Amino acid sequence: MGIQGMELCAMAVVVLLFIAVLKQFGILEPMSMEDSSDSELELSTVRHQPEGLDQLQTQTKFTKKELQSLYRGFKNECPTGLVDEDTFKLIYSQFFPQGDATTYAHFLFNAFDADGNGAIHFEDFVVGLSILLRGTVHEKLKWAFNLYDINKDGYITKEEMLAIMKSIYDMMGHHTYPILREDEPLEHVERFFQKMDRNQDGVVTIEEFLETCQKDENIMNSMQLFENVI
Amino acid sequence: MAAGVAAWLPFARAAAIGWMPVANCPMPLAPADKNKRQDELIILNVSGRRFQTWRTTLERYPDTLLGSTEKEFFFNEDTKEYFFDRDPEVFRCVLNFYRTGKLHYPRYECISAYDDELAFYGILPEIIGDCCYEEYKDRKRENAERLMDDNDSENNQESMPSLSFRQTMWRAFENPHTSTLALVFYYVTGFFIAVSVITNVVETVPCGTVPGSKELPCGERYSVAFFCLDTACVMIFTVEYLLRLFAAPSRYRFIRSVMSIIDVVAIMPYYIGLVMTNNEDVSGAFVTLRVFRVFRIFKFSRHSQGLRILGYTLKSCASELGFLLFSLTMAIIIFATVMFYAEKGSSASKFTSIPASFWYTIVTMTTLGYGDMVPKTIAGKIFGSICSLSGVLVIALPVPVIVSNFSRIYHQNQRADKRRAQKKARLARIRVAKTGSSNAYLHSKRNGLLNEALELTGTPEEEQMGKTTSLIESQHHHLLHCLEKTTGLSYLVDDPLLSVRTSTIKNHEFIDEQMFEQNCMESSMQNYPSTRSPSLSSHPSLTTTCCSRRSKKTTHLPNSNLPATRLRSMQELSTIHIQGSEQPSLTTSRSSLNLKADDGLRPNCKTSQITTAIISIPTPPALTPEGESRPAPASPGPNTNIPSIASNVVKVSAL
Repeated sequence: MGIQGMELCAMAVVVLLFIAVLKQFGILEPMSMEDSSDSELELSTVRHQPEGLDQLQTQTKFTKKELQSLYRGFKNECPTGLVDEDTFKLIYSQFFPQGDATTYAHFLFNAFDADGNGAIHFEDFVVGLSILLRGTVHEKLKWAFNLYDINKDGYITKEEMLAIMKSIYDMMGHHTYPILREDEPLEHVERFFQKMDRNQDGVVTIEEFLETCQKDENIMNSMQLFENVI
Repeated sequence: MAAGVAAWLPFARAAAIGWMPVANCPMPLAPADKNKRQDELIILNVSGRRFQTWRTTLERYPDTLLGSTEKEFFFNEDTKEYFFDRDPEVFRCVLNFYRTGKLHYPRYECISAYDDELAFYGILPEIIGDCCYEEYKDRKRENAERLMDDNDSENNQESMPSLSFRQTMWRAFENPHTSTLALVFYYVTGFFIAVSVITNVVETVPCGTVPGSKELPCGERYSVAFFCLDTACVMIFTVEYLLRLFAAPSRYRFIRSVMSIIDVVAIMPYYIGLVMTNNEDVSGAFVTLRVFRVFRIFKFSRHSQGLRILGYTLKSCASELGFLLFSLTMAIIIFATVMFYAEKGSSASKFTSIPASFWYTIVTMTTLGYGDMVPKTIAGKIFGSICSLSGVLVIALPVPVIVSNFSRIYHQNQRADKRRAQKKARLARIRVAKTGSSNAYLHSKRNGLLNEALELTGTPEEEQMGKTTSLIESQHHHLLHCLEKTTGLSYLVDDPLLSVRTSTIKNHEFIDEQMFEQNCMESSMQNYPSTRSPSLSSHPSLTTTCCSRRSKKTTHLPNSNLPATRLRSMQELSTIHIQGSEQPSLTTSRSSLNLKADDGLRPNCKTSQITTAIISIPTPPALTPEGESRPAPASPGPNTNIPSIASNVVKVSAL
């Protein structure tokens, strides 16, 4: 009996292994197919329609034709009417093929996504663009400050600035001349803080930022650079 | 950069303001947008169907026709739209590409038409989206194969009169239908293969008893007869093998080929048997060697297309067969082990070892079930039933793949044969059309001449001749005429006896008479029935020397009419685009050649009844269907031209 029983056990083990192998080959999939099909239905119902053209016209400084053109481009890329972060990263990365633009795109996404709901609607898009292209220098600087201030607490810390700086340098990629040094971003941040941080308290407030920028010729000139983009 | 992303460029540029405060150096100036137009709708008129889109949509892909300034060539000032004389269906796909960034391939569209359109619009097919790319590639591959097949068969059919004896022999071996001798050889070898195989089989049948000994197989009873048969077969095979070896273009490759190895293996046992007749030790081995005589049956594969297809299928399904084998082996080992251990307990079990259980497992899995080994324990029976059920599944899985492969290859082969048969007919028809077209030119010349001649007498003939040639045809004829003038030679049609020398003398009266007579004959022959046996042997020969009234012979116009009527009937069937008008009757202008007045011959636009405008010279039919036109030498060619051409024509009608 002893040997008999052991052989039976051995046989049982063999059979179990056989079933395991079949599962491996996918022949014996556990019956879990019906669940996955339902979840796909959810995505298609999410859609967003922007506010009316007139309303947007009042909110932004674009003409009707410009808004129409912008919306056509926007809707072409995002038929559902809103951009989620991954799509945004994808689109933005296409402009910087050599480097990795995803981190910066993340910051940018947060800057555009005014209501913080994880998706950029056309209104956010157009309002942001209006500030950047048709706004006063003051507004643009405020927007830039908002971009740098990652946690939106009103202060730019060195860590936040370093993150931003690194993400900008990442967009350049590795094949640059001269080769990017390890500490280059940090140095850049130091220089920035030296310039901006008046009271040397380790953070840059909006007033310090605005004040310093308005005194800087280069920055003021460069703010006018993209006026005729649309 | 992807298309739609260009729409986001303004956004990306605007967002660059975020870098400004941290910039080290001053920024470069932005490029000025010189002609900053408001986005406008442009109208694209494709064969009457109007498509409208924004200008910027098209400018997304600046290296295509629509995206660049190339489209300005198609701009129509009057209607202020871009007119393209192309297929609107495919244009739909092209325009969608601009709109969505994805190029799709519609299934109903012909692949080469689609390719042409893409090439026109400057779009690379490689950017077809993933959804349609596979389909596109498959159809393209199929089409390429088909064209290659056609090309191959076309090349094969070119008769190369300059083949050496060796090459003719090789061709005879490979394609037995090329000559009767090859066909005879083919059947003879086939017959002897059959005889040899049957001999081998019958040799082993017990043949009745010789008094005084036990029952013998036939081979031993009538050993002499069988030996003679065997010798004859082997001799034939040897001769065949040596001939093939001699004729093969690359002997080394031939020796390595499968068929030749089979040949060798099939005849070796005989010779080895001759060599070692009485040596007792090796006679046992020799007997085994005779088994190889069965390989002679594989020689049939040269005779049977189906066998070759089967072999090719098996080769192409090698991976499926390999998988089948592998999975079977795995299953056999598993089940054999299980059965062995299950049956170990039962007494007098046949499952003495695992390898012994292999036999049971194989027999069960293939559902043979001989019953020489059966499990007796309950566990054994359970596992035995599982084994047989799984056997059915494992074997059934790769079989459909093999079947579909075989079906595909078989149908491909059928299609290839059908295409080859059709191609012959098609080419013959094309040739006839081209014959007609060259006649067209000469006919128009003659008529022009005639009219000139009859200027004096008014123009009754002119009206009789009826319809006019189109402008294109007349221009084409003029071009050919210019070529004739340049080279000082002239085109020859059908009858070499009418070969033209560039005679500078134009004899109006001669022409008149000739023409007139010819016209009479023509009109009488106008409705010559298209039978299969025109009397082609008589040769029209209006010789061409200037003073050759004496040698005037009648033009035998049935020849000329024959292609004409044929052409008429063929025109309904023909798939060739025949330019120009559709006037039916086509008459060769044999005589006109001669009278060819080099000076002053103007094909008169008003008079011809010509159909085609493709000119080629219907030279001896052995030429390739493209029919190079060359000025014919002014020497009488073989008289078989006409019959053969007509016989070509005849063959066509038979199809």
